[in-house]
Amino acid sequence: MSKPVDHKKEVLGDGSGGFAILFFLLGLVASLIVGWVVYPKLLYSQKNQPVDFNHALHIDLVDEGCESCHFFREDGTYSGVPKLAQCIGCHEEVQGETKDEAIFVEQYVKQGREVPWLIYAKQPDCVFFSHVAHVKAGGMDCVTCHGHIGESASLKVYEENRITGYSRDIWGKNISGLKTNTWDRMKMDDCSECHEEKGVNATSVQTGKGACFVCHK
Amino acid sequence: MNKQHNKAKKFGMVIDLDKCTGCGACMVACMAENNVPFKADETNKLDSITWLRVYKLTNGKSFPNADFCYLPRPCMHCEGSHGHSPCVSVCPATATDYSHETGIVSQIYTRCFGCRYCMAACPYHARYFNWWDPVWPEGMEKYLNPNVSVRMRGIVEKCSFCYHRYQLAMEKAYYEGRREIEEQEYQTACTQACPAGAIVFGDLDNPEHAVHELKKNPNAFRLLERLGTNPKVYYISSREWVRQAGDNYLRQEGKSEKN
Repeated sequence: MSKPVDHKKEVLGDGSGGFAILFFLLGLVASLIVGWVVYPKLLYSQKNQPVDFNHALHIDLVDEGCESCHFFREDGTYSGVPKLAQCIGCHEEVQGETKDEAIFVEQYVKQGREVPWLIYAKQPDCVFFSHVAHVKAGGMDCVTCHGHIGESASLKVYEENRITGYSRDIWGKNISGLKTNTWDRMKMDDCSECHEEKGVNATSVQTGKGACFVCHK
Repeated sequence: MNKQHNKAKKFGMVIDLDKCTGCGACMVACMAENNVPFKADETNKLDSITWLRVYKLTNGKSFPNADFCYLPRPCMHCEGSHGHSPCVSVCPATATDYSHETGIVSQIYTRCFGCRYCMAACPYHARYFNWWDPVWPEGMEKYLNPNVSVRMRGIVEKCSFCYHRYQLAMEKAYYEGRREIEEQEYQTACTQACPAGAIVFGDLDNPEHAVHELKKNPNAFRLLERLGTNPKVYYISSREWVRQAGDNYLRQEGKSEKN
């Protein structure tokens, strides 16, 4: 009695089982492609900076490196992206022959209009980041967090997360969240990783690690 | 990289209730400084938010013995026992925390999920819940303080002793190569707004700060001291009934008897 039933099952299993596995594999591959390739493309919008700034060209002309343009104010706050006032000293008239400089002088300097730079490292509202604490008190260099942007000849495309509105530099280029360099990501985990390692303000009662009111506001 | 270890501080307040006129300037300064949301109708005090609230106390007697007193109430930044203040102990989200560096009880709005356990734990009603998203009158967004993040619906907020001012004062100190700040470099908005000079703010452990001496005043007391919350806001009043009102006393209890 049992033999013919087994035989039947085998035949049935061979036919539809193979098809199901194939279907499953195709579905898996399709989902992986959607998740890892299509979705990140949909998630981030791409914008170009209004003027393609050449860091490499400028860093050779200034005396104090990054701090020549990205300086600290006297009250310890950080000036961040330069305003027109810093550029106007040299760029009142067109200096070189590049198209971008011509645009910059024509559209912004001559009209007294600030350049609406897109800020790659812009953090959410709840974050208080003190540049001076890291650079002056902590003795860190710019490259640790910002990478080798100072040596770049042109600005990269600014990618904005369509859901959160944050720059892609916060999550990082790698969609899986892996990083190889310290400047690959700027998430809270990346701040706390270093803070924990250095034992920065490990004064929290709840966690014994860094207190929340070190970087939050 | 240097290790960033700053000397432990214990920021606190001493409020002289004999000087307080109840004008409410501290409340206004606090609301403006900390982007505290408000509604068109604030008559229901159960759902309005006031980080610093001035209460009116009366001795309950009739003329000519009637007396009243105004009492500004910020967050007490309770130290409890070794930083285990009531709210910090109960928070399941680690959204509120006590820092041994400043002695300030923090509230991280992006971490809070609004269970309001801390509000139940706080004996001072210093914590407030956002029942709605803030709506600012048109144009007022431009006047918001950029150093304080605005809160959203569904989370708890409270006085931070203007912590952002400490952050900014530290930035200036670092820029000038210092690790410590002067007393006047970090003052809360309410302290600076008080026209009577009733609020004094500083490091309770630092003998150079005014609060260090003021808190030793024999007329100094703290609210609900018997609960063991160990608050960092001290009050001074020369009036016995005001000091008595600061804690739960039995009617027949001796005047000088205190825990």
